[in-house]
Amino acid sequence: MADTILELDDINVYYGAIHALKGISLKVEQGEVVTLIGTNGAGKTTTLATICGLMRSKTGTLKYAGQDISKCATHRLVCDGLVMAPEGRGIFPNLTVGENMRIGAYACKDKVAIEKNLAHGYEVFPRLAERKRQKGGTLSGGEQQMLAIARSLMSQPKLLLLDEPSLGLAPLIVKTIFETIDRVNKDGVTILLVEQNANIALKHSDRAYVIESGEIAIEGKSADLLIDPRVKAAYLGES
Amino acid sequence: MFLLEVTSEQIFQQALNGVSKGAVYALIAVGYTMVYGVLQLINFAHGEVYMLGAYFAYYPAKWAGYIPDEGGEKPKVPLYFIGVCILFSMAACAAIGMLIERLAYRPLRNASRLAALITAIGVSLLLQNGSQIMFGSDPKYFPRFMDRESVQLGMFDVSNTQVTIMVVAAVAMIGLHLFVQKTKPGMAMRAVSFDMRTARLMGVNVDGTIALTFAIGSIMASIGGVLIAMDQPRLTPLMGLLMGLKAFVAAVLGGIGSIPGAALGGLILGIAESVVGTWSTTYADAVAFVILILVLLVKPSGLLGKTGREKV
Repeated sequence: MADTILELDDINVYYGAIHALKGISLKVEQGEVVTLIGTNGAGKTTTLATICGLMRSKTGTLKYAGQDISKCATHRLVCDGLVMAPEGRGIFPNLTVGENMRIGAYACKDKVAIEKNLAHGYEVFPRLAERKRQKGGTLSGGEQQMLAIARSLMSQPKLLLLDEPSLGLAPLIVKTIFETIDRVNKDGVTILLVEQNANIALKHSDRAYVIESGEIAIEGKSADLLIDPRVKAAYLGES
Repeated sequence: MFLLEVTSEQIFQQALNGVSKGAVYALIAVGYTMVYGVLQLINFAHGEVYMLGAYFAYYPAKWAGYIPDEGGEKPKVPLYFIGVCILFSMAACAAIGMLIERLAYRPLRNASRLAALITAIGVSLLLQNGSQIMFGSDPKYFPRFMDRESVQLGMFDVSNTQVTIMVVAAVAMIGLHLFVQKTKPGMAMRAVSFDMRTARLMGVNVDGTIALTFAIGSIMASIGGVLIAMDQPRLTPLMGLLMGLKAFVAAVLGGIGSIPGAALGGLILGIAESVVGTWSTTYADAVAFVILILVLLVKPSGLLGKTGREKV
């Protein structure tokens, strides 16, 4: 049995009076790709934000690599290898591509490692190497998503949280992005993926959780959920 | 008043005086613009930091005995001691700037912008009145750091203090530019100013970066305070008020949020004031506010500012 890298137990998060996450519990094992699917406003992004310390849970426990991280500052978690590539990609358009890459390694103090990771990133994403002096804002949507992933790899994450990597991209580019995610996972990075595109997310993950209005509705192996009639009806557009 | 005969040489001479004045506006304006860049907050207490900058350079000189009691002969301060005064003032202002951020603005980080703005005005009043209690409301006279001499620059006369102001301000601005563009903390500042949340996700210590922004802005204001005090040695606790407002106008003119804009706005404002001052010094102070009104009417984003932020 692999080690559990991330464990959420009875997480409750509020936006003012709104109860956004109602007792979420989930687990991610080392080396897995786990996906969270659900409709708009179900609480997927809030779950990720809570994991990386942008939101706080009122109850329950939040453990990363065996440690309680419910009170950890976000930048500390990045140092410890828990990194999120945000929804909407979060590229800094006023910084060059190279600077965007480097800011991904901001928490990393080891200069040699930074240069090594940078070289590796450019090797995996040659398109970014060609454009490293361009401003981030001049890239296309697909390139920006590539940059977002490449950037989050700069701090050598152990667990990568990806929030809607397919958002607003053409199907062909979505395919490339998911191939990249597979490759990153093969390199040893555990991935927790949030997606509205349930079909592709289930095909590229080991296990999945379905979130409905702040609660885990269904969980199981991705291959099983792909043929689960409830998932098919609600998320895969089949009946 | 406008009938006064003025030669074009006089106007050029005044414009040159304006450059040294504008250099100081620029130094203070960058503080407004940098803080606005990261927090979208006009730090109205910034003019007071400039005032404190002058006082914090005055006190080391006083403690060292370079400022005589009533009526005594003013001794000349040795050159190295200027450095001591400036460094002390820079350090103290950086501390004050970070303290203001920590105590007044950080608790309001998620509050409405109006609440933060009103707090900024409150901090400004607190510092003005606190300084009157601490330093006394009667003016203090800054020590004499250099004998005033004229330097011939082509067809123009400039004083050695003016030259010092221009050189020091230029070095400080270039230093700031390199810091923001070339260093890692500078890169973090640019990232935070675009998107605080994402910067945090990338592992940037956002609170630290904001504190640093206040510290650097305050250091620039402190340099401005010392430079002005060398030229006009009369210090009062209210001297930051008008200077702060003018520097704010310079920042708006250049495009708030833009550092090169603040430099440009400062220079334009300084030159415009001095040139108008050729005819009427009374009206010179009004120039800043005429400019402010014009900018807000014609191009609210300022000369080098961006119109709105593009979110991709």
